Amino acid sequence: MARASFSQATWLVAEREMKTLFGTKGFWIGFAFTVVGLFALTVLPTVFGGDDPKVAVVGSASQAVQGKALDVREVGSVQEASDLVRADDVEAAIVPDGAGIKVLALNSPPNSVIRELVESPPVELLEASAVTSGQRSVTVIVFGLVFLMFGMGGAAIAQSTVTEKQTRIVEILVSTVPVRALLAGKILGHTILTLGQVVVLALAAPIALRVAGLGELLGVVAPALGWFIPFLMLGFVLISSMWAVAGALVSRQEDLGSTMGLVMIAVMGPYFGVQFFYENPAVLKVMSFVPFTAGVAMPVRLFAEQAKAWEAILSLGILAVTVVVILLVASRLYTGSLLQTGARVKLSKAWAPAE
Amino acid sequence: MLTVRGISRSFGDHKVLDEVSFDVRPGRMTGFLGANGSGKTTTMRIVLGVLAAHGGSVSWQGTEVRPDNRPDFGYMPEERGLYPKMKVRDQITWLARLHGVDRETAQRNTDELLEDLELTGRAGDRLEELSLGNQQRVQIAAALVHDPDVLILDEPFSGLDPIAVETVLDVLRKRAANGVPVLFSSHQLAIVERLCDDVVIISKGRIAANGSREELRARHAGERYEIVVAEDAGWVRDVPGVTILDLDGPRAVFEAEPQQVLRAALDRGEVRSFTPVVPTLDEIFKEVI
Repeated sequence: MARASFSQATWLVAEREMKTLFGTKGFWIGFAFTVVGLFALTVLPTVFGGDDPKVAVVGSASQAVQGKALDVREVGSVQEASDLVRADDVEAAIVPDGAGIKVLALNSPPNSVIRELVESPPVELLEASAVTSGQRSVTVIVFGLVFLMFGMGGAAIAQSTVTEKQTRIVEILVSTVPVRALLAGKILGHTILTLGQVVVLALAAPIALRVAGLGELLGVVAPALGWFIPFLMLGFVLISSMWAVAGALVSRQEDLGSTMGLVMIAVMGPYFGVQFFYENPAVLKVMSFVPFTAGVAMPVRLFAEQAKAWEAILSLGILAVTVVVILLVASRLYTGSLLQTGARVKLSKAWAPAE
Repeated sequence: MLTVRGISRSFGDHKVLDEVSFDVRPGRMTGFLGANGSGKTTTMRIVLGVLAAHGGSVSWQGTEVRPDNRPDFGYMPEERGLYPKMKVRDQITWLARLHGVDRETAQRNTDELLEDLELTGRAGDRLEELSLGNQQRVQIAAALVHDPDVLILDEPFSGLDPIAVETVLDVLRKRAANGVPVLFSSHQLAIVERLCDDVVIISKGRIAANGSREELRARHAGERYEIVVAEDAGWVRDVPGVTILDLDGPRAVFEAEPQQVLRAALDRGEVRSFTPVVPTLDEIFKEVI
């Protein structure tokens, strides 16, 4: 009888993994949460922070506020203006003071109002950047969070592997198809799912930026996003092969925690590393070439226009080679531990050639 | 024919299998008997290629089995396993496709099997929603759905009620009748006695007895007979060369040259029955292990 070829078997496994995950509520909740979160992060600051500061103006002081980005309310007397300030109806009151004006505020100088009233000297940036530091920190958070979320999502591979070991269906599977096809199918299935989600997010991001009125940022975000996707996908394959091994080493869901630690570090490390060091160009540069942190660090550098395209390609190449090496190692560990039941399998035992 | 020759296997210093050899012939149900820990499951895993042997070989149709030319096995592991959250029909169809069956055939085979195993009504349920007995039937379906070349079933009847045993038996007999060799282990000797054509008995990793059921019985029967006459059978003990094993009114069980006892009995009057005593599998099992 015809048996399933390696690629057919891999695809069947991948298909089942995807269908299983599609059938779980957690998957959809997690994804919806990410999309909503992304919109919130981009749109909300504009919604809440966008209004002009409210001021009360008395008499001749009104000339000083003309043409400024202030929400002006003219009142008859200084007393009336102070009452409005005390009632917190306005941020500040602008009243005549001799020939000039005076600003009344409750308990701290109203910086947003003062900024409007003073004449700023002209500024020339020697190294102009299209992105502000605020936009950069948002990007670091978004890239970091997306990487973290999908990296942790790979834990589903560990869970599915343990389920197979725990229910012992693994014996039927192993007597039917090569172990490598099982591993490849799991990684493929989850990678496709992740890619699908990333594509949806990548399509949603420009919409979110437009809604937030940050359309001009699009030109900067798009290339960085374009680089982020291949980094994210290769990074995901790297991490998911580690998740698969973490699952294969134990025999019960309850024991999974004991093997997941290292993988969690590999996922969380880049996130925290980039959060802490993104303002240190030297560290960020190193991290952008280290396979585990490159997935976040390099796109952030590209976004900040600190890295050239060849650097990204080199880093991607390093990552790709690492993926191949880790896949080979994982495949051996997976094969060596899949049929071992009972206590947690030691890495050295999983690595040892089959007896 | 599936041929197992000289298979050995150790776990650490513990030798679990020692030169195990037997055949599983096409179209026959071969019962694989042994106490717990005697090496049944290890043998089956080696046959399937899930576990490596430390010596010996497994051949299918005269060619040694390697990973690339394994026959298509239908396997039911001792520790039952299927995906608890997957629907019954989806699961069986998926397993068939994993064995290389195309989608349409897989679905047709699945529906037929579920019908035969009286599970059609549960086809859309998740496995975990079924009773243990019904899960067991699904497990049988999983082993059969791809029309395997060889069936290897580890304790297929444990956990089944008598009616389910009959249903499963019918399904398995149908396969055997089509020429598929069936190897199944069981500790329910009565079932094996009724069902199997050939018997392999394993004890402490060695084959203790091996052959067709009739052969085994004949081999272990000895010169033992039972006679039932109309009157008291007490005279039998006086026939020269007779050893009485059991005497109870008109019935006697003895070991001797049978014809002279029969002749003597006919001289005395009516003989109601005269039969060789065939040992049950249970007796043979206890004798050889």
